[in-house]
Amino acid sequence: MLAAPFLDVKNIYLSFGGIMAIAGVSFHVNRGEIFSIIGPNGAGKTSILNTISGIYPPDKGSILYDGEEITRLPVHKRPVKGVVRTFQNLELFKGMTVLDNLMLSRHIYMNYGLLSSVLWIGKARKEEVAHRKRVEEVIDFLQLTHIRKKHVFELSYGLQKRVELARAMCLEPKLLLLDEPMAGMNSEETEDMARYVIDLNEEMGITIILIEHDMKVVMDLSSRVVAIDFGEKICEGVPKEVAVNPKVLSAYLGEEKWL
Amino acid sequence: MNYTNCGNFKCSYEKDAALFQTLFSRLCIGVFLVMLVALPFLMDHYFIYILNMILIAVIGAVGLNILTGFTGLISLGQGAFMAVGAFGAGYLSSQVGLPFFLAIPAAGVIAALVGAFFGIPSLRLKGLYLSIATLAAQFIIEFIIIRAEPITGGVQGLSIDYARFFGIPINDDFRFYWLALPLAVTMTLLATNIVRSKIGRAFLSVRDNYIAAEAMGINLFHYKLTAFAISSFYAGVAGSLWAYYTTIVTVENFTIMVSIQYLSMIIIGGLGSILGSIFGATFLIVLPEALQFISNMAAGQFPAVSQIVGALKEMAFGLVIILFLLFEPEGLARRWRLIKAYWKLWPFSY
Ligand SMILES: Nc1ncnc2c1ncn2[C@@H]1O[C@H](COP(=O)(O)OP(=O)(O)OP(=O)(O)O)[C@@H](O)[C@H]1O
Ligand SMILES: [Mg+2]
Repeated sequence: MLAAPFLDVKNIYLSFGGIMAIAGVSFHVNRGEIFSIIGPNGAGKTSILNTISGIYPPDKGSILYDGEEITRLPVHKRPVKGVVRTFQNLELFKGMTVLDNLMLSRHIYMNYGLLSSVLWIGKARKEEVAHRKRVEEVIDFLQLTHIRKKHVFELSYGLQKRVELARAMCLEPKLLLLDEPMAGMNSEETEDMARYVIDLNEEMGITIILIEHDMKVVMDLSSRVVAIDFGEKICEGVPKEVAVNPKVLSAYLGEEKWL
Repeated sequence: MNYTNCGNFKCSYEKDAALFQTLFSRLCIGVFLVMLVALPFLMDHYFIYILNMILIAVIGAVGLNILTGFTGLISLGQGAFMAVGAFGAGYLSSQVGLPFFLAIPAAGVIAALVGAFFGIPSLRLKGLYLSIATLAAQFIIEFIIIRAEPITGGVQGLSIDYARFFGIPINDDFRFYWLALPLAVTMTLLATNIVRSKIGRAFLSVRDNYIAAEAMGINLFHYKLTAFAISSFYAGVAGSLWAYYTTIVTVENFTIMVSIQYLSMIIIGGLGSILGSIFGATFLIVLPEALQFISNMAAGQFPAVSQIVGALKEMAFGLVIILFLLFEPEGLARRWRLIKAYWKLWPFSY
């Protein structure tokens, strides 16, 4: 028997007023792969992530995760199942320190209640310390040690991107949705970020859906790629196939980022 | 910014989570508490009365700051939630015969439930729209209190007995201070615990970016209502203290003006700061008294203009608040941090 795909997106539609952001897209993602979504600006890539993370459930179609229907699952329940995302335009908690941003991600794993919070007794303290240790592991991994007590708004753009990744990691994702994690970074930062993504995938076994405009990164990292244009899937396959697909080439015609 | 001394390295995560990070700050807080205990022995009853009003205001302001400063939900209903607490305690003590140490927390719980109920619109409404919804709550609650005559005494209100502690009636300013002080200190400490716990972090995340908060697994429904409940619990306790202080509870003491006053306290003191709530509460209680004092003096000097002096007092009140908003938009708490940082580096503070 063939194993069911880890994520199965079936013929989803999403519109905003008159705009069709997604017009009947289907694809699947296998456990353990890095799966990339590419397409020109406004193609509907972020919208697809929004349906998977539940921020905008699709108007039609369904999404199965690990064999379970999650199409209408409330947003806050998805990280508990292991579906975690980052945002294209930094959506950090700006008034909080890096540490608090990351500790917030441990929230779903903390069990102490209102009473222990109010009294700050044993259970609350013990759990806080235990989770702080987990968070420090992520801080070490992503080399954020020197800024852990800084407020997010004080940080450079590149560092904020890294904090976003760290925040997602602290949730211990099984399926990680990365929306342009390298956007706006210089080549050195991009390389670092690519390294982290590979480590997450290979060492921690996290399945990754990656949206990225940098084609070199996409070609290097992905096991499979889907190309989207005007809310429709125009092609799907291994990077090499997609790169030479005439439909993909014409969709990107006039875009500098290609090549 | 973080102004703990450098050289203050912690060797465990437990210590890093401690409230008072250095010996010096622990010393300061100790001295402050001793002062609070000594003060009423050194003052006449008028000043103790002011202290009592400050203590009550601190409880209400800390509560509102949890809702508005930490969770980012603007409320114009704090006065009404205080009314619920005041009438709750009044009813429970005069009709049910509960002693104050049961009636006050029970009144807090009633206010919390009412607050959580009126917090439901916060799931859909934000910012200005939410403040209008809480304004509606203010008027609805006032209306219900006036109409529910059998319980609340309607427009007349309730008249209750002084709280009794082992048979001793708490019937003057000095005695009341010993009820209000421990309660205010305890409630403030509990609030600092809440805001450093996972609940406090969840509140902050809702305030800073509710979309991301939800995507990180925060149940917005749950935490917005929790914020309303906690805030209203504080309001309820403050209101019930007020009831025991004045022994006459009427709805006039908890109008929209009170709600606005509390909102001013936390804005002037500093949104999202427990310490700021204390500053703000103190400031807004002391300011009118100080202005009154000045205008009395002026009226004594120039009896002919005493009318105008009274009006000037109101204007001065407004003016001081506007000036504060202009020059200290981040509240007294920030000024306090800057002063601390200044002295830490003194005399090399440049
Ligand atoms: N919240 C929204 N409200 C209205 N329209 C939206 C919304 N989100 C997306 N859209 C529209 O849907 C279409 C697809 O947008 P989407 O953000 O998914 O594109 P994208 O492929 O991520 O583009 P980019 O590469 O620029 O990030 C666009 O036309 C966009 O204007
Ligand atoms: Mg996008």
